Amino acid sequence: MNGAKIRQRIAFSVLGVLTLAIVVPILLVMVYIVVNGAGAISWEFLMAAPRQGMKAGGIFPAIVGTILLVVGTMLFSLPLGVLSAVYLVEYAHDNLFTRLIKLSVVNLSGIPSIVYGLFGFTMFVILLHFGTSILAGSLTLAIMSLPVIITASKEALESVPDTYREISLSLGATRWQTVRYCVLPYAIPGILTGTVLSLSRAAGETAPILFTVAAFYLPRLPRGVFDQVMALPYHLYVISTQVPNIPLELSFATALVLVGLVFLMNLVSIILRAHYRKKRLW
Amino acid sequence: MTKTQNSKRTDRRATAFLSLGFRALGLFRISNFGFRDSPGGGRRRIGEFIIEWCIRASGLVVVAFVFLIFLFLLRDSLSLFRDFSVRDVLLGREWLPISEPPKFGILPLLVGSVLVTFWAIVICVPLGVAAAMFIAEVAPRPLKHVLKSLIEILAAIPSVVLGFLGIIWLGPFLRNTFHLSTGMTGLTGSLLLAFMALPTIISISEDALAGVPKAYREAAFGLGATRWQTLWRVILPSASSGIVAAVMLGIGRVVGETMVVLMVTGNAPVMPKSILQPLRTLTATIAGEMGETVGGSEHYFALFAVGLVLFAITFTVNLIADVFLRRARR
Repeated sequence: MNGAKIRQRIAFSVLGVLTLAIVVPILLVMVYIVVNGAGAISWEFLMAAPRQGMKAGGIFPAIVGTILLVVGTMLFSLPLGVLSAVYLVEYAHDNLFTRLIKLSVVNLSGIPSIVYGLFGFTMFVILLHFGTSILAGSLTLAIMSLPVIITASKEALESVPDTYREISLSLGATRWQTVRYCVLPYAIPGILTGTVLSLSRAAGETAPILFTVAAFYLPRLPRGVFDQVMALPYHLYVISTQVPNIPLELSFATALVLVGLVFLMNLVSIILRAHYRKKRLW
Repeated sequence: MTKTQNSKRTDRRATAFLSLGFRALGLFRISNFGFRDSPGGGRRRIGEFIIEWCIRASGLVVVAFVFLIFLFLLRDSLSLFRDFSVRDVLLGREWLPISEPPKFGILPLLVGSVLVTFWAIVICVPLGVAAAMFIAEVAPRPLKHVLKSLIEILAAIPSVVLGFLGIIWLGPFLRNTFHLSTGMTGLTGSLLLAFMALPTIISISEDALAGVPKAYREAAFGLGATRWQTLWRVILPSASSGIVAAVMLGIGRVVGETMVVLMVTGNAPVMPKSILQPLRTLTATIAGEMGETVGGSEHYFALFAVGLVLFAITFTVNLIADVFLRRARR
């Protein structure tokens, strides 16, 4: 074995060790959460409201709250995100306005989540008089998830071969008919994958909901879109920093439920992707 | 109708801002109410007109959001700058929002953010790029998929969960290791933020490495280079634009991260002298104090000024990242 080969072996081993230094903590974190959290998870924990100042009982209102927020976020961000992507891919000319939209998407994706929280607070809570409510929180989270949905939808639309559009147009279909019947159906899987992924991020976000929707302690279900809710990530923040003497296993179990929910959504996205990739026509 | 045909119709004479207006007029041109033959009756054409209007409007809405976010931050920041000079706020060394008279010098917070970000990046860039190199060039196919899924798992862990682990596990661990008075320090935040920025850095660097043309690799092999020599001397330099973009996006992610730093960096809004002390970042200040302010008070406006500074930083960082990403794609 000559010098170059030996150097290669050493270099690759170093790379491997550094990669291992990333992988091991990831696994440790997962195992740590599951081992410490699994014990406290019970039917009561999942399906009951918190009691005794959150020291006992369950996290049902927080689970419901997070699910409601995810659904609300989807209602606003999915149509808006997909339509913007359709505009960018199917309608836009290469002009200033288009470049402005693309630049906006880039910048939206970089804005810190807490700044979205500030914006949501002034815009929806104060200016539009929604109060701290599911509506205000969903809208804030929706704006935050827009860039991911737009980027994913854009990629999905762009991957549909141009011949599909050309054939449809050559048969006399209008531009919208072409988009509706010959492009969107084939882009839906990619769009859904990206959407579910971005919603899973929204489900785990705390900063944007701090001032727009999250309730510190509200052991009942919301009565409408203008009501506050508890949410899992905020609840975890509250019981691990704001309230003293919370049994540690309750915090772990809450973390486990939150991670589980987020992973479940990720899994759905992966399954969708795999399922549709098999059916792909090109 | 292809894009080239469309662009011919574009009004080239229109100047920058006028073209925006012409686009808006284009809404009406596109429907034409019967000029273009289409199957279906008038109702279909009206439906189509409405939907195409919605499509254009949603493009506009995205731009409007960025403007609105900037506008709201600016408006409320300006209310602060009526009573406090920009200089005193940006360069003030004391953040004492509830003392009498209050002081809103954001320098300690800015330094806190910079310090935490610097160390997070120092830790995660070498690790992340090494992992990207390993995944892109060394790992066999099955291992590659396993590693990529693990990185995706890391990306999916909510930040509040990592913050929680920082409080009960990493903080005490660091306190005992470095014999500190508290485990809630800048370093605790930096380590967790480095961990969180890894997926961004790895996935974008890996894309950049994989995007290097095959011919480069083959040419290097043809000259008798080993795989390592090729990777180190040919592929890595060719992918440098993408890797710079990855680092910039990582910085943006770390600067803007809120919950982890709020939970583990000790919340001390004083000028930090070392990373092993408790400190406070820009993001944590907003998150921690917003709930205690009165709407319309100076303190309230000061937090928007902090938000504006944060917006300016991430805006710049992302713009730079975008430039490098575009260069990498060429």
